Amino acid sequence: MGMAAESQFHVLAVDDSIIERKLIERLLKTSSYQVTTVDSGTKALEFLGLHQDETINPNTPSVSPNNHQEVEVNLVITDYCMPGMTGYDLLKKVKESSSLRNIPVVIMSSENVPSKITRCLEEGAEEFLLKPVRLSDLNKLRPHMLRTKLRDHNQKQEKQEEKTAFQSPKQQKIEQNLQQQQQQCNTNKRGHR
Amino acid sequence: MNQMAIAALKNQYKSFVQSMFDEGVLDNQFSQLQDLQDSSNPNFVDEVITLFCNDAERIITEMNRYLNYQNVDFSKLDSHVHQLKGSSSSIGAHRLKLACVNLRQASYERNKEECVEAFNSIRHEYCLLRSKFQFLMQIERRIVALENNQQ
Repeated sequence: MGMAAESQFHVLAVDDSIIERKLIERLLKTSSYQVTTVDSGTKALEFLGLHQDETINPNTPSVSPNNHQEVEVNLVITDYCMPGMTGYDLLKKVKESSSLRNIPVVIMSSENVPSKITRCLEEGAEEFLLKPVRLSDLNKLRPHMLRTKLRDHNQKQEKQEEKTAFQSPKQQKIEQNLQQQQQQCNTNKRGHR
Repeated sequence: MNQMAIAALKNQYKSFVQSMFDEGVLDNQFSQLQDLQDSSNPNFVDEVITLFCNDAERIITEMNRYLNYQNVDFSKLDSHVHQLKGSSSSIGAHRLKLACVNLRQASYERNKEECVEAFNSIRHEYCLLRSKFQFLMQIERRIVALENNQQ
C-alpha cells in the first residue's frame, strides 16, 4: 500500500539523553508516527539535509545535491538543553533555512521557565512541552503536521493546475485519481485517533 | 500449575511496584512507562530500566570524581545533576529526583559540604532504587520464562 506509507507522518526527535530518546521514540511510535532519533542538533541538521555553511546565506537555492531532503520530515521535536547546539539554536537554524522553515518544530524541556518558553514561541516553535512528555501531549502535534501537509498539498495543487492547463483530458483524469487516493489516505489517518 | 505460578508472580510484581509507589520511590511516570509496554514491545520497561541504571551509574561516578577535587567545578557538577534529574524524572524515580534537586541547590550555593551530603543522599537513593528494580526484573523474567514454557 504505497499510498498509506506516504501519508504517515515522520517525526525527527532530537535529545542527547539515550533514555529520553528511547522514551520519545516509543511514545511517537505508539501514536503511529514514523520516527528517527538523533543525539544532537548537528546530526538533526545533517539528517534534514542542511549543512552548516548553507545556513549562512539565506538565498542559497534549496535544490543542490547536499541540500536535498531525501526523507520527508513532518515535524522536529527537540530537547532544549543539549550540549553544543541547544534546541533553541536548532530551532533558529531551521526557521532561518529557506528549505526547512516550514517544518513545524516543538521544544521539550524539563524546566518550566516562562522566558525560555516565550523565546522559543517567538522564534517560531509550535509548542513547548514540559518533560516528562506524555502520550496526551503528542496529540497536540498532529494538527501542526496536518496543517503543513495541507499547505504543501495546496501549493502542489496550484502548480499542478498550471501544469494541467497544458495536459490532455485523459492525463488530467489520471492525475485527479491519484490525488483523490492520497486525500482518502490522509482522511483515514485523521479519523484513526 | 504453571498458570497459578504465573498469576502468583504477576501479583507479586504488582504488589512490589505498588509498595514502591507507596514509599515514594516511584511516581506516576513509571505507570506511563508500563502503559507503553505491550506485545509488540514486551521488554520495554526492562530496557528502559537497564539504560537508566547504566546512565545513572556513569553520572554518579563522574559526580563523585568532581567532588573529590580540592576546587569543585560546580558548573560541571550541576550539568551532571541536571542530566540525572532529567532521567530520574522520565523513569518516575521520584525520591532520586528530589535528591538531585537538593544537590542542584547546594551546587548553586557553591557549598561543598552540602554538596557532598546531597551527593551521598543521591547515591543512597540510587542504590535502593537499583536493588528494587533488580528484584522486579527478576520476577518479570521468571514470568516470561514460564510463559514461554507454555507455548
